[in-house]
Amino acid sequence: MFAINEIQPGRVKQLVNSAINSKLMHRLTYPHGPSRFVELFDRTAVIDETIGTISAIEHPTERSVRVSVRPNNRWNGFLAGQYVEFAMEIDGRRQRRMFSPAQSQHADGALEFTMAVNPDGVLTRHIKSSARVGDHVILGNVGGDFHLPETRPEHVVLISAGSGITPVLSMLRTLIDERYQGTVDFIHYCRSADDALYASELEACEHTLPGLRMHCIHTRAGGARFSAEQLEQMVPNYREAHTFVCGPSALLDATRTLFDEQGIGERLHQEAFGLATHATGEGESGGEIHFKRSDRTTDNNGETLLEQAEHAGLSPQHGCRMGVCFACSCTKTAGRVRDLRTGEVSGDGEEDIQICVSAPMGSVSLDI
Amino acid sequence: MSALDNHINSFTQEQFDQIGADFDAIRRRVINDLGERDANYIRTVVKRQRQFEVGGRAMMMLPPTWPLGVASLSLSKILDNMEIGHNVMHGQYDWMGDPALHSKNFDWDTADTAENWKATHNFEHHTYTNVIDRDHDIGYGLLRMGDDQPWEPRFLLNLPLTVLLHVFFQHFVAVQNLKLEDYLVYKTKSREQLAEEFKPVWAKMRKQLAKDYVYFPLLAGPFAPLVFVGNVAANLTRNLWACSVIFNGHFPEEVEQFDESVLEHESRGQWYVRQLLGSANFEGGKLMHLMSGNLSYQIEHHLFPDIPACRYAEIAPAVRAICEKNGLPYHSGPFWKQALSTWKRIARLSLPDRLSPFKKSKAQSVDKPYTTSTDAESLPLAA
Ligand SMILES: Cc1cc2nc3c(=O)[nH]c(=O)nc-3n(C[C@H](O)[C@H](O)[C@H](O)COP(=O)(O)OP(=O)(O)OC[C@H]3O[C@@H](n4cnc5c(N)ncnc54)[C@H](O)[C@@H]3O)c2cc1C
Ligand code: FES
Repeated sequence: MFAINEIQPGRVKQLVNSAINSKLMHRLTYPHGPSRFVELFDRTAVIDETIGTISAIEHPTERSVRVSVRPNNRWNGFLAGQYVEFAMEIDGRRQRRMFSPAQSQHADGALEFTMAVNPDGVLTRHIKSSARVGDHVILGNVGGDFHLPETRPEHVVLISAGSGITPVLSMLRTLIDERYQGTVDFIHYCRSADDALYASELEACEHTLPGLRMHCIHTRAGGARFSAEQLEQMVPNYREAHTFVCGPSALLDATRTLFDEQGIGERLHQEAFGLATHATGEGESGGEIHFKRSDRTTDNNGETLLEQAEHAGLSPQHGCRMGVCFACSCTKTAGRVRDLRTGEVSGDGEEDIQICVSAPMGSVSLDI
Repeated sequence: MSALDNHINSFTQEQFDQIGADFDAIRRRVINDLGERDANYIRTVVKRQRQFEVGGRAMMMLPPTWPLGVASLSLSKILDNMEIGHNVMHGQYDWMGDPALHSKNFDWDTADTAENWKATHNFEHHTYTNVIDRDHDIGYGLLRMGDDQPWEPRFLLNLPLTVLLHVFFQHFVAVQNLKLEDYLVYKTKSREQLAEEFKPVWAKMRKQLAKDYVYFPLLAGPFAPLVFVGNVAANLTRNLWACSVIFNGHFPEEVEQFDESVLEHESRGQWYVRQLLGSANFEGGKLMHLMSGNLSYQIEHHLFPDIPACRYAEIAPAVRAICEKNGLPYHSGPFWKQALSTWKRIARLSLPDRLSPFKKSKAQSVDKPYTTSTDAESLPLAA
């Protein structure tokens, strides 16, 4: 059997680690903590953050970049399909985004991230053009329930589009490592052969995993986008399988509608790479936003509280800006807010909220 | 009423608004320009501070290097408290998103807890700068620092208490939030209340004391007394220096104090003017600025408390220009001159006003330098 956490630090490293983390070290380095001193010598030796070092950078296509990141001892592994918070410092600011490692959950060594490069994107553009081998990456929380069930189903359908391939590829590679005996249908949409990620590897996989059937669809070379008929044709027995989908919201919406209509909604697992675009609703402008701790007040324009705080000149902690990482959590002391993911409106009492996905409904007070 | 008061009182609401807009523009310019340069600067200072700390503590354990060790640890504590702690806890580097340099997480190498300090200093002192009864940094509840504070016999001890405050500065600051005078002198605080408030303070004090006076001496084995004395010296050096810097920033004779009534309807422009009148810079070289955490630019700091302090030198000419344009004072002088002026003020105020041999200079009275009515173009100061 494979354990989740296979990456064991060497014995010596373990000893050094526990010495750094010892009670005595904490007392001697109070109040800064041992990490603030060991980082003088080695940034990756800290015990309060998972630091990775970039070990390779490749450019598989024009619009993508692949980075391999070797994590320090604090890395605890992940489940195939989950995401990792990935941060780098760019122009003095820590930029944190979510990415799904593409390697098998049983692989040790470097994590592999394949990123679609957004021409306006702060992080991916930096990695594509300026990052160097040896640069440090801060790896944050690992999470998400988008992963294979512990008892592997007999039939798995993986559907991805574009860069959405990463979490499902991780699942495929994990199944290969486990010498999976069941059936895998892998449906991948991309614009053209030039734009295809992992094309040759996927071809090779068909030989290593007997139960794998690849379906590559090039949507700008005559291939059709996802439809119920198309799925029926490629995988007639998809209703009995567990289906994992990752891609743009059109693909997520279409699969969700189909599976719900068929009454098999619970067999569909989805991952969204961005804030869902539907049914979010918005805030209500008017009134004032009061930032209590900074003693600043601004007219409420209805945007998210994170954006309004930034416009008011504050720098609240944040990460993903889409409600995933909880870095932006803070206490709302008064007023009502709408959660832009669900459209739900809160009560007006004191509670913790994620300000990146909360828009005020009139006046709101925040403890920042 | 002084000529300055008359001048400021003649400002219209529009003039105040213009001053506010001018200062806001400086602020915006810096905020938009923050980046790698500032990050590298603060990281370098932190790195040096940690090196001085490790080096200092090590060198202190051997007699030949002991003096160097004391100097090095003193330096480390001063950097830690001034250029790093004070500024990071103001949120000057929050925009970096580095948890180790975020005001929410940072704690400094002194007895005061980060939480308490952020309440008394960031909030009370910076919002109510030099407003009597609201800004507890005026005399720390211990001293008489302004003419408007009625004289009490206990203020005969103004001078010796000021010396004491310098010597035990870190511990005074640590208990500042407890407002001890309310318990000891005015009896408005109960013993139980005090004990409750003291708990978190003691938790931190204890760890600091244990580190400096138990663990590190023990680590030095036979040289334990050496390390003990060395740590006393380093803490004392930091105390004296930090306290002097802070006194210089707000108490030289020309700096004004304000009556609580100025806070009513105070506009952004008027707030800026109060910060300006209530602070004083002192001059010096690069090292002086670094060691004072750039509080040598106290005026710039009070105008823009959350702008990285390493930028104050850069924006000082623009601030000065706004002052000149509006005929506002920009208090600045050499370190020793500001210090002398401060001590003179403390001596003068230890005696009841009619007995004081020192001449009372014009600006120390509690001023209401501007009226805050919004319905009149300009109002003369109430007689
Ligand atoms: C769970 C999960 C897993 C993911 N896995 C992957 C993966 O494996 N591969 C992959 O390629 N992508 C993945 N993503 C998507 C990826 O995290 C986002 O696309 C991310 O935004 C990419 O960063 P960027 O630097 O390209 O763009 P960003 O800098 O995030 O920019 C994206 C957009 O947001 C705007 N923006 C950015 N910062 C700000 C700001 N401060 N204020 C206002 N607007 C701003 C930009 O203008 C731009 O239009 C995943 C997302 C999630 C949620
Ligand atoms: S910034 Fe990640 S949850 Fe808000």
